[in-house]
Amino acid sequence: MKNQEIIEKINGFLVEEFEVDADKITPEANLKETLGLDSLDYVDLVVVIESNFGFKVKGEDFVGIVNFQDFYNYILSKVGEKQEAK
Amino acid sequence: MNRVVITGIGIYSCLGTGLDQVRDSLFKGKSGIVFDEERKIMGFRSPLTGMVEKPVLKGILDRRQRIGLAEQGEYAYLSTLEAIKNAKLDEEIIDRNEFGVLFGNDSSARAVIEATDIIRDKKDTTLVGSGSVFQSMNSTVTMNLATIFKLKGVNFTVSGACASGSHAIGIGYFLIKHGLQKGVICGGAQEINPFSMGNFDALSTFSVRVDEPTRASRPFDKNRDGLVPSGGAATVIIESYESAIERGAPILAEIIGYGFSSNGGHISQPNVEGPVRALEMSLRDAGIPADLIDYVNAHATSTPVGDMYEARALDSVFGGSKPLVSSTKSMTGHECWMAGASEIVYSLLMMQNDFVAPNINLETPDEDSAKLNIATKTVEKNIDTLLSNSFGFGGTNSSLILKKVK
Repeated sequence: MKNQEIIEKINGFLVEEFEVDADKITPEANLKETLGLDSLDYVDLVVVIESNFGFKVKGEDFVGIVNFQDFYNYILSKVGEKQEAK
Repeated sequence: MNRVVITGIGIYSCLGTGLDQVRDSLFKGKSGIVFDEERKIMGFRSPLTGMVEKPVLKGILDRRQRIGLAEQGEYAYLSTLEAIKNAKLDEEIIDRNEFGVLFGNDSSARAVIEATDIIRDKKDTTLVGSGSVFQSMNSTVTMNLATIFKLKGVNFTVSGACASGSHAIGIGYFLIKHGLQKGVICGGAQEINPFSMGNFDALSTFSVRVDEPTRASRPFDKNRDGLVPSGGAATVIIESYESAIERGAPILAEIIGYGFSSNGGHISQPNVEGPVRALEMSLRDAGIPADLIDYVNAHATSTPVGDMYEARALDSVFGGSKPLVSSTKSMTGHECWMAGASEIVYSLLMMQNDFVAPNINLETPDEDSAKLNIATKTVEKNIDTLLSNSFGFGGTNSSLILKKVK
């Protein structure tokens, strides 16, 4: 899967899961504020990542993620690691 | 002591999703029982159940409010919305009067089983998601309603098996009567999914009259062969009389008596003495003789032993006056944790509309039910005072008495 396809997939499940307008999701936008995440919602973020990409995320992995670009980069690197492992 | 009145009711049941539909179903003696293919596939002895529409709450509640709601919580949200509307309550009144919530609920099986399946499969508890714990606890209904409706008074769940809903109203009545609360949103909720009823099906207490689902629930009939499970939710908003008058709320009826007891016997086999003590306690609390009761909404679930003992208890207490009796479970099936609340709603609809709903499918009374004055057809009649019975596993009994406010 190409990077752009992965990003589109991420945006798709974020819109679906957190019920936000797609046009509010931009690389620079703040992830927590845009999605309206509280502490409980991070649990559901772990669930949707696992169900879409098949890897488990640890809570501390979210510490450095501020905007959507950070989030994309994190997912892309994890997907890359998974592909290398194959 | 405060007088306690009912100012709003709401219902989401297999007889209809709202008061008007349910009133019409009760009057017509319409059954809500169906054959459930999923139960047949799962190996149930009985595939019969009451069934309701799956609520669609997207667009009504936000995501966080929705994901904590188990199936029965969704039903309870809708019945409560209806009750709040007809009680003419709003957020400001609820806040000012510190309304509480007491619901009967005694399981949340689907949520527990689905989460357990995920943990077993994935070996990672996080993957159950954030809503699972709030759906899984027995207090799921009250914790969610209290949050959604911003309630600030009493907030807990009453688990008393198939008398849960009735005890919830009884406890609310007690709190208001003694001045501890001005208003409480009471009710009962019951999940319908097969997971919630598998172990009950195992006891072979469900009817297997599979060729005639609408004739399967036949309380007091000699040829009954067991109960039919069902579910949904019912809400009964109660307030002090003073509070209701002060805010110009509709007064639908007054709760004048609550009686309770425990059989002190077998876990599933009832007896006569336990229900009689609850009935007599409710009459003492109401301060009225038995012959003032115009109608009894019986607990009778359509099991031979349960119906027999209730018939004997009713004959023991009401044998002299023989009020009209019917079991609305003949139409709804057994709504279990919800039944004590839904049957207050059904009885109140009868009181408001001057009729007694029929005990459908009663064709041949047995020795005990023949002694009662059971309404086999709809009877058009003024009801001033009624009594509703609810009993449950472990021998828990509850009787509530309602009186028309003139």
